[in-house]
Amino acid sequence: MTAPIISFRDFSFQYNSQTEPTLRHINLDIYPGEKVLIAGPSGSGKSTLGRCLNGLIPQSYPGTISGHATVAGQDIQQSSIFDLSLNVGTVLQDPDSQFVGLSVVEDMAFSLENDQQAQPAMRQATHQWAQTLNLQDLLTHHPQELSGGQKQRVAMAGVLIDNSKILLFDEPLASLDPASGKASMALIDRLARTQDLTVVIIEHRIEDVLQQPIDRLIVMQDGQIVANDRPETILRDSLMAQQGLREPLYLSALKLAGISLADCQHLDDLAQLDAPHLTTTLQHWTAGVTLKTPVTHTQPLLTIDHLTFGYAPDQPIFKDLSTTIHRGDMISLVGQNGVGKSTLSNLITGFLTPQAGHLTFDGQSLDPCSVKERADHIGYILQDPNQMLSKTLIYDEVATGLVLRGLDAQTIEQRVLATLKICGLYEFRHWPVSALSFGQKKRVTIAAILVLQPAMLILDEPTAGQDLQHYTDMMQFLAQLNREQGITIILITHDMHLMLEYTDRTIVLGQGGILMDAAPADVLTNQAIIDQASLAKTSLYTLAEQHHLNPTEFVAKFVQAEREARQQ
Amino acid sequence: MTHQLLIGYADRQTFLNRLSGSTKLLCFVGLSIIGMTTYDTRYLLGIMVLSLILFHFAKIKFHEISFVLSVILGFSVLNLLMVYVFAPHYGVSIYGTEHLLLGHHAAYFNLTTEQLFYEFNLLLKYTFMVPLALIFLMTTNPSEFAASLNRIGVSYRISYSVAIALRYIPDVQSDYRTISLAQQARGFEISKKASLMTRARGGVQILLPLIFSSLDRIETISQAMELRRFGKGKRRTWYMAQRFRRNDYLALLIVGALIILGIVLFKVNGGRFWNPFHA
Repeated sequence: MTAPIISFRDFSFQYNSQTEPTLRHINLDIYPGEKVLIAGPSGSGKSTLGRCLNGLIPQSYPGTISGHATVAGQDIQQSSIFDLSLNVGTVLQDPDSQFVGLSVVEDMAFSLENDQQAQPAMRQATHQWAQTLNLQDLLTHHPQELSGGQKQRVAMAGVLIDNSKILLFDEPLASLDPASGKASMALIDRLARTQDLTVVIIEHRIEDVLQQPIDRLIVMQDGQIVANDRPETILRDSLMAQQGLREPLYLSALKLAGISLADCQHLDDLAQLDAPHLTTTLQHWTAGVTLKTPVTHTQPLLTIDHLTFGYAPDQPIFKDLSTTIHRGDMISLVGQNGVGKSTLSNLITGFLTPQAGHLTFDGQSLDPCSVKERADHIGYILQDPNQMLSKTLIYDEVATGLVLRGLDAQTIEQRVLATLKICGLYEFRHWPVSALSFGQKKRVTIAAILVLQPAMLILDEPTAGQDLQHYTDMMQFLAQLNREQGITIILITHDMHLMLEYTDRTIVLGQGGILMDAAPADVLTNQAIIDQASLAKTSLYTLAEQHHLNPTEFVAKFVQAEREARQQ
Repeated sequence: MTHQLLIGYADRQTFLNRLSGSTKLLCFVGLSIIGMTTYDTRYLLGIMVLSLILFHFAKIKFHEISFVLSVILGFSVLNLLMVYVFAPHYGVSIYGTEHLLLGHHAAYFNLTTEQLFYEFNLLLKYTFMVPLALIFLMTTNPSEFAASLNRIGVSYRISYSVAIALRYIPDVQSDYRTISLAQQARGFEISKKASLMTRARGGVQILLPLIFSSLDRIETISQAMELRRFGKGKRRTWYMAQRFRRNDYLALLIVGALIILGIVLFKVNGGRFWNPFHA
C-alpha cells in the first residue's frame, strides 16, 4: 500500500481570534490519486481543513495547532506557504478575486513569474496548459470579458502550471450556473485522471459533485469528521440528512416512494442505480399521487408591455418583452449569465430606462416614477448583504428608509419593531450589524426593505453560498412572507432546487425575451430550454426517464409531496 | 459599458507601440527632468517640436484625448495667471532688464517683455510633456507598466500594485454602481435634486459598504497571490516584459544625447536661463 499524500493525526486547530477549537482531533489519510469530497454545513470546519492543506494555516491565519499533519511529506507547521504551493494548487471559491493578472495569459503565468522563470519557458507552459484547458482563444482577454466557468478554468490553469500533484477546490460550484458547474465537474474528473492528480473538493452541494465519480466522501460536523467512507455507504445510511446536508434529489424520491435504500445498488451513480422492483414501485407511487390544481393568481400587479432595451442601440438585450406578474406570485427568474436577469430588475426598479415599452404597477404607470418612488412599491435586495448595510446598529439600518422618507419618530418605531418581529430579528434589535452571521445580515437587508411596505420584492440569489439549514430558514421565511403578507416575490436564481421547491412559476430569459414561462417542473423537464438557459437536467428527470415515467408529471408530483411533507 | 479609463491603450501598430515600456518610461522621465530644469527657450521649443512630431506618429486620435487636453490647458492658463498675479516682476529680476509694455515702472501690475517671456517659457514647460505623457500612456500595454517600473528600479511589490489597481478598478467601479443604486432605492438622494449636505451624507452611505467590500477583496487577493508564491524571491520575471531591441537602444541614445545637450547649454548660458535681452 502506498503512503498517504495527506495525513492528519489527532490534529486540532484553534484560531487566535476564537475561543473554541475549529478543528478537533482530526484523523485523516488521503492517498495519491484519490478524489475526495469534503462536505459539511457552514461552520463545520471544512474550509479550515482546506486552509491547513495549502498552508494559509498557520501562516496567514495564526492559531494553536496540536497533533500532526503532513502534506506531500512536509509537516505543515515547518513548511512555508510557498513550499506547500508547489505541491498543492488551490482554486478559491470566487474565481474572480483569484484572477490577479490583467489578462488570461498573465494570470496563468503568475506563479512562474514569481519563480523567476525565463519568458520562453513561461510561453511554453502557458501554451501547453491553454491547450489542455481549452483557453487558447481567450489568452489576451481581460477578466471582465470572461464567464464564471472560463474564469475558473483560468484559475485551474494558473495552479496546474506548477505541476502540483494535489488540487484543492474551495466550493467550486458556488459562483457557477448549473450547466457550467456540470462542465466544471467533468473537467476536474478528466484532469484528475489524465494528470494523475489527487483532488480534494470542499463543497456542500453534494449532488452536483457526485455527477462524476468520487472515491471518498468525508462529512464534517462541529470540527470533527463524522463520516469518512465511499459515497454509496454514506448515502445508504442517510447520514447526510442527519448532518444538515442536502441529499441528492433522486434519493429523496426513492424514499418518498417507499424504497428502502438498504436494498439499492450503486446508490451514488444514478445511471447504474438498481433495486428490486424499482420501476414498478416508482410507477405505483406515481399512479397513487393525484396532482392538485395549482394555485393561480390572476390579479395583475406588474405589467411589462413591449419592453425594449440595450446598452448599445444595435445590441438590444430585450426586444419587445411583455409579461404580467400577478399579485401573490412567487416567481423564479432564470437564464444564462449575462442574459439580462439583473438588467430586467434594474428596468423594473428604475435604475435603467427602457428605449421603448411601458411598465404598469397596480394600475398606475411606472414610467414617470423615480427610483425612490418605485422603491416604495418594489423592493430590490442584492445578493451580497454587505453591499447594502451601511449602519452599525440593526435598528438604525432598518429605520433608515423611513427616516429618509421623513416619517415621524413614533410611526418609524412602530413599523421598524413590527418588521423586526416578522423577520425574527426582534431580539437582535440593539445588536451591531457586524455581530450577525451572513444569513442574519441577509435578513436585515430584507427587513430594511420590507419596512417600506413594498407589494413586491425582487431578490438576487437569496440563498447563494448558504448551507441547507440556512437555505431552508431563508426560503421558509420568504414563503411565509408570500403566504401571510401577500407579498409578490421574484427570485433571481441558478438554484434548481429552489425553483422546484419554492416557486410556482418560472420565467426563463433568453434571446432578447422570454424563452418560457411555465411551472418549474415543466421548465426543468424541457431539454431545449435547459440547454439554452444553461440549466441542468435534475436527477429526478433522469430517474423518471429511466423508469418510463412521464418526467414532468413525476417531478410535479415529487415537488407536491415534498411541500406537503414540509408543511406538516 | 465604460471599462476604459480617461485615456486608454490601444494597439495602434506604430514604431512607438513596439518600443519597450521601459524605454518609453526612461525617455519620458529623462526628458521631463531636463525640460523642467532648463529655461532655455530654444531647447524647450526644440523638444516641443520633437514631441509633437512623435505625437503625430503615434496615430492618436484627437477625440480620444480632447477631454484630458482641455483639462491640462485650463490648469496651465490658470497657473500662468496666478504666477503673474503673485509675481509680476519675476521676469525682470531674472533677466536683469526691463522693457515696459504696459503700465508704469513703479506700479505692482505692469507688463514687461521679460515677464511675458518668462511665462512663455513656463507654458512651454507645462505643455511639452503632455504629448510625451500621452504617448507613453497610450502606446504602452497596461500589462507592461509594472514590468517597466520594475526594470527602472522600482521594487516589484510596488510595481505590481500598479498592475493590481488597473486590474481591479473596473470591479470597484461596478461595485460602486451596484451599491449606489441599492442605496438610492432606499431613499438616499444623491442626484442633483438634493442639497449638498444630503448628497454628501448619501455619499458616505455608499462609501462605507464600498470600503468594506474592497477590504474583503484585498484579503482574498493577497491570499490568492501568496498561494501562488508572490513575494517568495527578491526578484521576479514578467511575462509581458519586452526585451530591448535595436530601436530601444537607438531611442535611449537619442534621448541621452538630448539630455547632454541640455546640460551643455547650462554651461553655455551660465545658468538655467537663456537670456535674449542682454544680447
